[in-house]
Amino acid sequence: MSKKEVILNSFKAAFPLTLPIFAGFWFLGITYGVTMTSNGFSFLYPLLMSITIFAGSMEFVAANMLLAAFDPLSAFVMTLMVNARHLFYGISMLDKYRGHGAKTIYLIYGMCDESFSINYTAKIPPGCDSGQFMFFITLLNHLYWVTGAAIGGIFGSFVTFNTEGLDFVMVAMFAVIFMEQWLKEKNHTSSLSGIFLSLACLFLFGRDGFIIPSMLVILLSLTLLRGKLDETEAAK
Amino acid sequence: MTLSQQIITIIMVVFGTVLTRFLPFLVFPAGKPTPKYVKYLGTVLPSAVFGLLIVYSLKDTQLLASPHGIPEAISLALVIALHLWKRNMLLSIAGGTICYMLLVQFIF
Repeated sequence: MSKKEVILNSFKAAFPLTLPIFAGFWFLGITYGVTMTSNGFSFLYPLLMSITIFAGSMEFVAANMLLAAFDPLSAFVMTLMVNARHLFYGISMLDKYRGHGAKTIYLIYGMCDESFSINYTAKIPPGCDSGQFMFFITLLNHLYWVTGAAIGGIFGSFVTFNTEGLDFVMVAMFAVIFMEQWLKEKNHTSSLSGIFLSLACLFLFGRDGFIIPSMLVILLSLTLLRGKLDETEAAK
Repeated sequence: MTLSQQIITIIMVVFGTVLTRFLPFLVFPAGKPTPKYVKYLGTVLPSAVFGLLIVYSLKDTQLLASPHGIPEAISLALVIALHLWKRNMLLSIAGGTICYMLLVQFIF
């Protein structure tokens, strides 16, 4: 198989998996672009911020920071807190993302929730190159987000189609990915702890502060259960 | 904020984001063997993270006020049912999303 064919195959395998993200990112990206311009920023802000930051929820937070008093240190600390979940993605992708040359750098740079979820779970079909496949997933998602933000920034006020509820596409996608993982694994302890410990933290700490506590209790419980869970891994 | 203050703020956000993404790869470099504990975490964390992401994407659901999360519950049940039935990602996601849009636009 020629190199060109492998690249084409990888693209053909990657593209359909990104369609839900296309819907979700255009919806959220356009919303983001509209939010920025309605706060008085030029469309260049959502355009450049979506290219460089590429972390949806963080960009909404950053929009508020730009409207507040100048405080670079708390902007940095806030970013670390909102995006701390990326640390878990990185730990899970150490092997998968390595060894793809220059593409590795971009794969890590573009590791948003959606790219991580797809790249971690996707079964890469024969005739594809895994690095190429994951590169296309990441690149397409990045493009959807940037074009959405730019369209929202430029044409936002002209969107009249009733899109209320379209953001549910992200919930549906994470639910499907969760189920795929559930159907694949033998032991559901980690899946269940992810749902119930995060729910408990959501009720205890509220929607703005539950991510870090959730990560800590998940980490703690998986560490305490290592003796039990590591055995099931070894028994496979 | 002046333009340069805005640029500095954005750079801080970019730097913070990039740091959270690259840190595990820098702390556990390719040349050295990754500690067993971290490898273990790499295999068990994703399942929990997908659970966390569902909760995270539903965090703004209103449970105490109308419609009490009912559209979310119905649509999520449909996603699960469709996926158990056909196990087709796009069908499950599209079905659940269209159901949710119809519910919030016309019923609730």
